[in-house]
Amino acid sequence: MTAYVVSDSATMLRRSLRRMRRYPSLTFFIAVIPVVLLLLFAFVLGGTMGAGLGGTAVASSRDAYIAYVVPGILLITAAGAATGTAISVAMDMTEGIIARFRTMSIARSSVLAGHVIGSVIQAVLALAIVFVVALLIGFRPTTGPLEWLAALGLYVLTSIAIVWLSVGMGLVTDSVETASNLPQILLLFAFTSSAFVPTDSMPGPLAWFAENQPFTPIIETIRGLLTGTPVGSTAIVAVAWCLVLTAIGYLWSRRLYERIPTQ
Amino acid sequence: MTAITAAPSAIRVRGLRKAYGDRVVLDGLDLDVAEGTVYALLGPNGAGKTTTIHILSTLLAADAGEVSVAGHDVATDPGGVRSAIGVTGQISAVDKQFTGEENLRLMADLCHLGRDEGRRRVAELLDRFELTDDAAKPAMKYSGGMKRRLDLAMTLVGRPRIIFLDEPTTGLDPRSRRVMWQIVRELVADGVTILLTTQYLEEADRLASRIALLDHGKLVAEGTPSELKRLVPGGSVRLEFRDESQLDHAEALLGGARDEEALALNLPSDGAVHSVRAVLDRLDAAAVAVDALSVKSADLDDVFLSLTGRREGEEVPTP
Repeated sequence: MTAYVVSDSATMLRRSLRRMRRYPSLTFFIAVIPVVLLLLFAFVLGGTMGAGLGGTAVASSRDAYIAYVVPGILLITAAGAATGTAISVAMDMTEGIIARFRTMSIARSSVLAGHVIGSVIQAVLALAIVFVVALLIGFRPTTGPLEWLAALGLYVLTSIAIVWLSVGMGLVTDSVETASNLPQILLLFAFTSSAFVPTDSMPGPLAWFAENQPFTPIIETIRGLLTGTPVGSTAIVAVAWCLVLTAIGYLWSRRLYERIPTQ
Repeated sequence: MTAITAAPSAIRVRGLRKAYGDRVVLDGLDLDVAEGTVYALLGPNGAGKTTTIHILSTLLAADAGEVSVAGHDVATDPGGVRSAIGVTGQISAVDKQFTGEENLRLMADLCHLGRDEGRRRVAELLDRFELTDDAAKPAMKYSGGMKRRLDLAMTLVGRPRIIFLDEPTTGLDPRSRRVMWQIVRELVADGVTILLTTQYLEEADRLASRIALLDHGKLVAEGTPSELKRLVPGGSVRLEFRDESQLDHAEALLGGARDEEALALNLPSDGAVHSVRAVLDRLDAAAVAVDALSVKSADLDDVFLSLTGRREGEEVPTP
């Protein structure tokens, strides 16, 4: 049975990708929220926020803020893709098809693997859309292709972690509606990180939380890899967080998947 | 009532138990399903039919008991069981966003049929289930009957030797139901073993070579349809009354099952003249007026009534 892990996972991935091709609007909508946030932060708040950043070589404060906020927006894109994962997992679970899969002689892990790989691909597509918009409004990465590749790598790692967590969210709920709301928690983490403002501008306990939650080191690392701010050991912390969150999401999801009620 | 089965058992169940907290769903169930036959689990909602199917198809773990399907133990070798079975449950197990053909292709891929073999099998099943014309339509646009047909076709892609059908015709129109029955007969002719659950006595009577009558997780009767009917020799007597007080009197006197709407009382009876007269004499003596009387020969409905004290389809009070 386990001999078919790869081919069964590939079949399930084809299923996810076919669904994405058939409903391209979902990928589009995943990109819409971060794009709107980006435009809002750049053009409504950007001037003031940029001035607050202080000590920057970039000419206008708005451009400075765009350079600051884009890495955070990219992370929000990954989190947004998670909503799609949770929805499609919950849809599978509320319909009878999951019972069919579970009574078939197929690799057990392939069902979830198909969702996860499909969602990561979707997250990368959404990233491309958001990144193009960022370039259009004046975001310019100042580093080289190697750093960009490293940033993409970290983005993919982050997506894998977030997607596994949302698979769990899709499994733990008993309705598609709840499943689509749960990943919103991730947005809260984004707002209480260094995505929009430096953590040292926050009051004591909040600053402590912001500095020690997973999103901040990930954002700081992506920021460094794209705009040349110092990265240092935060990269290791970021990767470690990704691995830990992936492990938690994976184990949690597997546990839930094994005990899904059959009705 | 023990039957001599020449064929080996495709499904063998001994002492199957399942409870959710205090609620006992299966209370020591024994079943033997011979290879190449249709076996029906008949019972009202809550009798434990679906739970039985779930345990036998590896979806649910039993609390106690031995279950072997196609020679594989469900507890220790679920993979072996899965490779031999096909399941069509009560909830439609099709991917609604995909077309009928895509759904079948998905199954072909998951059954590792290979490209050409898979394509052939899909075309064959689309044709057999009269879905060829709608093969390119998304399943969400299918009618209930079509969806059910697609569901069963998906189950058949991997040519399972044992098929579980959980209420395969519930909610179907009479024509779709007949189509479904025909398919079941063809499958059995090919040597497939089928365990189906149903709330319809007629369905069990027409399709199954053996029937197990389930009530509150227990087997109340088991045998061929004619063996079961013999349990209630002559059928029933139906008495109709003018008003409720007469019905009340009669029920107090004779027992039986009330039919509130028709102001009628159904009594198990052998239908013989002297026993019908005896019933009428007792009513006469108590001055209960009978509006109409009819004698019905035995069907499974009566078996159910006499064994459980309820009419089939009556809701079981849930604790």
